[in-house]
Amino acid sequence: MTLQRGASVVFDKVQKSYDGEVLVVKNLNLDIKKGEFLTMLGPSGSGKTTCLMMLAGFEPASHGEIYLNEKPINNVPPHKRGVGMVFQNYALFPHMTVAENLAFPLQVRKMSKAEQEEKVKRALEMVEMPQFGSRRPAQLSGGQQQRVAVARALVFDPDLILMDEPLGALDKQLREQMQYEIKHIHENLGVTVVYVTHDQTEALTMSDRVAVFNDGVIQQLSSPDELYEAPKNSFVAQFIGENNKLNGTVTAINGNICDVRLADGTMLKADRVNVGAVGDATTISLRPERIETVVNDAMENKITGHIEELIYLGDHIRVRMRVAGNPEFIVKVRNRAGEQKLARGQEIQISWFADDCKALDPVG
Amino acid sequence: MSDTSQADTALTTQDGVPLKVSIARALRRQKIRALLLVAPLFLFILLSFVAPIADMLFRSVENDLVPSTLPKTVVALQVWDQHSGTLPPEEVFAALAADLKVATKAKTHTRVGSRLNYEKPGISSLFRKTGRRVGKFEDGNYTEQFLKADKKWGDIEVWQVIKRFSTPFTAGYFLAAVDAEQTEDGVRFKPDDEQIYLFLFGRTMILSITITASCILLGYPIAFLLSSLPLRSSNMLMILVLLPFWTSLLVRTSAWKVLLQQQGVINDTLVWLGIVGDDSRLALINNQTGTIIAMTHILLPFMILPLFSVMKTISPTYMRAAKSMGASDWYAFWRVYFPQTIPGIGAGSILVFILSIGYYITPELVGGTSGIFISNRIAYHISYSLNWGLAAALGVILLAMVMVLYWMYDRIVGIDNVKLG
Repeated sequence: MTLQRGASVVFDKVQKSYDGEVLVVKNLNLDIKKGEFLTMLGPSGSGKTTCLMMLAGFEPASHGEIYLNEKPINNVPPHKRGVGMVFQNYALFPHMTVAENLAFPLQVRKMSKAEQEEKVKRALEMVEMPQFGSRRPAQLSGGQQQRVAVARALVFDPDLILMDEPLGALDKQLREQMQYEIKHIHENLGVTVVYVTHDQTEALTMSDRVAVFNDGVIQQLSSPDELYEAPKNSFVAQFIGENNKLNGTVTAINGNICDVRLADGTMLKADRVNVGAVGDATTISLRPERIETVVNDAMENKITGHIEELIYLGDHIRVRMRVAGNPEFIVKVRNRAGEQKLARGQEIQISWFADDCKALDPVG
Repeated sequence: MSDTSQADTALTTQDGVPLKVSIARALRRQKIRALLLVAPLFLFILLSFVAPIADMLFRSVENDLVPSTLPKTVVALQVWDQHSGTLPPEEVFAALAADLKVATKAKTHTRVGSRLNYEKPGISSLFRKTGRRVGKFEDGNYTEQFLKADKKWGDIEVWQVIKRFSTPFTAGYFLAAVDAEQTEDGVRFKPDDEQIYLFLFGRTMILSITITASCILLGYPIAFLLSSLPLRSSNMLMILVLLPFWTSLLVRTSAWKVLLQQQGVINDTLVWLGIVGDDSRLALINNQTGTIIAMTHILLPFMILPLFSVMKTISPTYMRAAKSMGASDWYAFWRVYFPQTIPGIGAGSILVFILSIGYYITPELVGGTSGIFISNRIAYHISYSLNWGLAAALGVILLAMVMVLYWMYDRIVGIDNVKLG
């Protein structure tokens, strides 16, 4: 059973500029539900960290209002917001032991000694480090410091936890492990988590919803599967996962399907997601794992490709092909018995469903 | 695979030379090169720093003058009991006459006289006077001739002093340096109104602590501001902090004289503003106030620089983290920021304190009589009274004090916690 104790957050027409000339965050409207795990994903400079800092109270919003549990908080100083935060480099106080670090927010709240000890003990057990209380942060590994930082943000039972690229400094394996741990802690406690990262895998594995930021604007706000399978524009398609691009012109529109002619004259059918009218330029986006290397008549798109390179990756083989003049076209072929042997220089037929390729706004 | 059996025995190279020997041989060239690189500076330090200091330290206990100038007398005095209450026997007078004849020719008898004069005033003139006559002494009956030359030779205390200083080493300078003296009844402190060095040591300590404390109070906010500003403006301000370093120390100290004197800028301004009356101008110079003000100003950069370099490394996210956990600005500063700056305070304090405890020029120029330090007294004994032994003893005590303080500091704060950058 999860306790529904999370907080709701609303960004209402929030704008932020540091110098009065460039808007870092442009008209942000975002509704975060109680108990939700929301990730702000985007390249550096996209405004995601600024949003987090405005929510924590370290940066004032230049315009608009932020609501925490329906109350406006623009004029509430950071230490009165009651928001737990995990920083990029953990920000564990180096002159205090782990237990003193965890007790810090409790001392601020003037809890009794016994209550402090009890809560610190529980928090350390939650991150599976009960015997580390008397160590100093410098004596811990990166992963352990990370856990202590999470425990410290949670120890005073905040309703909202902000995490600013907390796993950025860890190696790949530890990062994956911590992703699951943070996810489980979130599920067990039911707090609201706002998580900032530039790592799309992290965003996809952990979040209930992901807000993809670029250029100070949320490009798409949806669940991880929708984000991957139904990107709304070329930026999202490029940013999330691997992706083949084919540039062309729209020649006909039939409901949700449109015909696209590529530069070399090849005709394709694509899902019409983000195209205007006939004659407009478009970029078709297609996931490498949705392409078949055997001819399947049910698939609308069939085309011949020239194999340029084969990269053996164990569970699958990455095939780089020249398709319709694009030499960077990637196809993932599953490695299993009975699959046809591919060789460099070979010409093969590939095919895919029209639904799997999205006609989006054109990119260069 | 065939090599694994060899691993059990001592490791050797392919030629059968033990591996450790081989490594030492390979590293020898590097070691020699490193040694040659530091050799010039090492020699320079040895000659210009270690050797003079060792010599100075040695002077504080050295007492070669009496035994080398009066060798026969020293030997003859060994049989005399200084507590007997009688004058030394005739042989001692005979030995002294022989010694003095030699010493007068070499003109070294006055040096003995002035050395012993530190212990008993009057001996200097006694030696001078006797030295003029000793050449005419006839053989035999020396006791009478000496007493005729000067009746002070009948004073047992004179002989006691000579006997006491006939050993090659003495604690006399150290006793003098702590206002004590050796008498026939043992070590005795001088009466309170004659004490000077203990009092000066005490004042030096108190003023140095005051100066260190005012440097912390004035330097901490500046270092904090410098470390939190963006690089461009902090560089600009850092130049202002360093500006005094590029000005002569004498010029700065003299400037304080202009500012602080009774008819100076500060007093004039205060009188003009009506804060103090014209007849009650503040005495800001030629006293302790002057020393504290001028030395705080001169030593302030030594506090700001280590503080700044420590503060620069403290990430602002610590304060943010503390605030996100509910700490107010002041609480976050006091519990999170301040403890992390203690290494900087420690480094700055050690620097300022050790520099100020041995400071000389500024107290000399603005300290008057109530604001001078023990180092001014040391300088006096080196340049004017020429009592180098006492100056050396005072210097040794000063050095020992600094070392004890350093050791205490290490025990309390931990020298590993000190960061200079």
